[in-house]
Amino acid sequence: MLGLNRKDTTFFLIVIALTLFTPFLMQPFGETSPLAQFNGGYPDLMAKVAIFGIFAIGFNILFGLTGYLSFGHAAFLGVGSYAAVWMFKLLTLNVFPAVILAVIMSGLLALLIGWISLRRSGIYFSILTLAMAEMAYRLAYSVLTPLTNGETGLQVRPTDPRILDGPGAADYPNLFGLELSRSWRLEIGDHLFTFNVGYYFCAAFAILAFYISLRIFRSPFGLMLRAVKANQQRMNYTGLNPKPYTLAAFVISGMYAGLAGGLMAAMDPLAGAERMQWTVGGEVVIMTILGGAGTLMGPVLGAGTIKYLENIFSKINENVLHDWFSFLPDGLENAVVWILSRFTGEGWALTLGLVFMLVVAFLPGGLVEGGQRIARLLRRRGGKGEGGAGGGEETAHTSPSTPPAAE
Amino acid sequence: MDQIILQFINGLDKGSAYALIALGLTLIFGTLGVVNFAHGTLFMLGAFCAVVMQRILTLSAITIDPTQKDFLGRPLEVKTPYVELWFGHDIGQLLIDWAVPLSLLLAIPFMALVGWVMERGIIKHFYKRPHADQILVTFGLAIVIQEIVKQIFGANPIPVPAPKAFSGSLDFGVLLGFDPNVIVYPYWRLVYFLFSSVILAAVFAFLRYTTFGMVVRAGMADRETVGILGINIDKRFTIMFAIAAIVAGVAGAMYAPINSPNYHMGMDFLVLSFVVVVVGGMGSLPGAVLAGYLLGILESFASMNVIKDALPGIDQIIIYLTAIVVLLLRPRGLLGKRGVMED
Repeated sequence: MLGLNRKDTTFFLIVIALTLFTPFLMQPFGETSPLAQFNGGYPDLMAKVAIFGIFAIGFNILFGLTGYLSFGHAAFLGVGSYAAVWMFKLLTLNVFPAVILAVIMSGLLALLIGWISLRRSGIYFSILTLAMAEMAYRLAYSVLTPLTNGETGLQVRPTDPRILDGPGAADYPNLFGLELSRSWRLEIGDHLFTFNVGYYFCAAFAILAFYISLRIFRSPFGLMLRAVKANQQRMNYTGLNPKPYTLAAFVISGMYAGLAGGLMAAMDPLAGAERMQWTVGGEVVIMTILGGAGTLMGPVLGAGTIKYLENIFSKINENVLHDWFSFLPDGLENAVVWILSRFTGEGWALTLGLVFMLVVAFLPGGLVEGGQRIARLLRRRGGKGEGGAGGGEETAHTSPSTPPAAE
Repeated sequence: MDQIILQFINGLDKGSAYALIALGLTLIFGTLGVVNFAHGTLFMLGAFCAVVMQRILTLSAITIDPTQKDFLGRPLEVKTPYVELWFGHDIGQLLIDWAVPLSLLLAIPFMALVGWVMERGIIKHFYKRPHADQILVTFGLAIVIQEIVKQIFGANPIPVPAPKAFSGSLDFGVLLGFDPNVIVYPYWRLVYFLFSSVILAAVFAFLRYTTFGMVVRAGMADRETVGILGINIDKRFTIMFAIAAIVAGVAGAMYAPINSPNYHMGMDFLVLSFVVVVVGGMGSLPGAVLAGYLLGILESFASMNVIKDALPGIDQIIIYLTAIVVLLLRPRGLLGKRGVMED
């Protein structure tokens, strides 16, 4: 189906199903259950997962396949957001023009930055992209204020021209009149499920993004990109010029980032320069690596895990912890709570940094490799036929280059 | 003319900080072949050594003075720093006043320890891994250190004053025959510039004139041969890592009065110092120093009004622009050796 072989079709269908049923999957606990705070099934978080999933899938096309580590992808995210908000301001609050312009603008910027940065490789490439992103960020704050509205950020105002919108048009980003903030609720027992237009809009793009990435991974073009990572010198000797391939990968991943930026603006029509800071680009690096660079599912897993945990962890404050450990003797309880509260709530970034370090050090293939290892272990334990659980799903689909040269 | 001189000396202190951080980065890269994204964080830790020193010195004993009342009519609580109790009022005040220079006493052993632990605990295991992995693990480490500092000291910048003796400004223009108050330069920045010159000279002298330095230089040139000659190069490189950490740390501690320490200053300086290293030439120590001062001064010139009017926004991006131009025109950097990390 759709140019995929049977295995990939099943895989793709599973991904579609997972995406469509996210409102159920991320809402496993009833409203009255004490674990209700671990529910992640509200629109804002689900859309974030989809958006950062797109961002990470795109980044993975560059880093996972070619091995070029870019720290500058935040610039494309920011440009996408600005472009989208400008479309909202000038043309219409319908999201399609906004998303399209976001992709085009970030693609152009990626062409420029990539054309310059890709003259170098390795650490120089990382630093060049870092410098470019920092430059874009600084410019957005200073000279480009007429375009970006500086520190305040670009916002949609009632006085904007919006020439395509009639007088009675919706005043929130919408899909041909259907506002993205619109939600339907479904109550089953004490479970509450929310279906949000914005989430499904982002999810549709995420599925599309995943499909394109799947096709790229399986294509001769993807093979070329892997060749760049495996041995660029040998590729040169064979008479192939890697530059067009890497540049194409860079532009594609930049457009993915722009799409993510545009969707961010669609979910919340506001664009600020802080989206362009290089640490945001660092975040997508973390997501991709944590999930598993060079694998299809890895980046999405990484983005989902990080965004979900970020949300949950920041909710666990000291009171919640005291609640959990109230069965311990007082002194011990306080000690345990004190230690744990360093890592939760405000300390979420600390946990993330630690986990990230551990993953880079011991599990270079990320969560996907972890799943594979567990699956292998189970298979060895339980004889054959037991390995379907956990990461078994991905085993067949991950690229051969999964562990990035660990030795 | 006076404007040019003013911007030139203004660029010196920032350039000194860049040069010191870049020197440490280059030392680590040259000896261990590791790209250390946590180096800016070491600079930040140094700056917080100054904060800690100030807090230690102002630790106070609280006594209740029944003769005085506060505005609610309760006996007044008088805070007396312990140093004043121990050494008398005058010496105590002097010590508190000189907290920043004194913090070097704390910064040097502390940074040596941090450097040693970092190298033995983490970096050691990444020698043979690709540069991308090294960048990633040190990036993670930088986040961890930064968050720990944030939890201890909070998110706001903490002002740390320079000693009162250096609080004024030097009217530099008068010395050169300009009108008074045209070229003024705060004393502390002058101190910082001199201090960093001394450190730079010390590091170079250490590498040039001691046997230890000779071995390290030999190891930078050809690690394998030095190893075959029966010298334990790993141990020396660990020590060099600690030295690089100390250089970054003292640079940060002395910089605290110029830029109030906050937890993310390390990341801010990191990007810049990487740019400096690349411009100077990866692995070239003199290149790092030269590029540090050069970029510091360029940045300062770009913030002149004349130039800002001609090219709006140039002051924000001049460093990055320079780096891009240098990398594209002269890939090995200003003083880089031919063939070192050229692609």
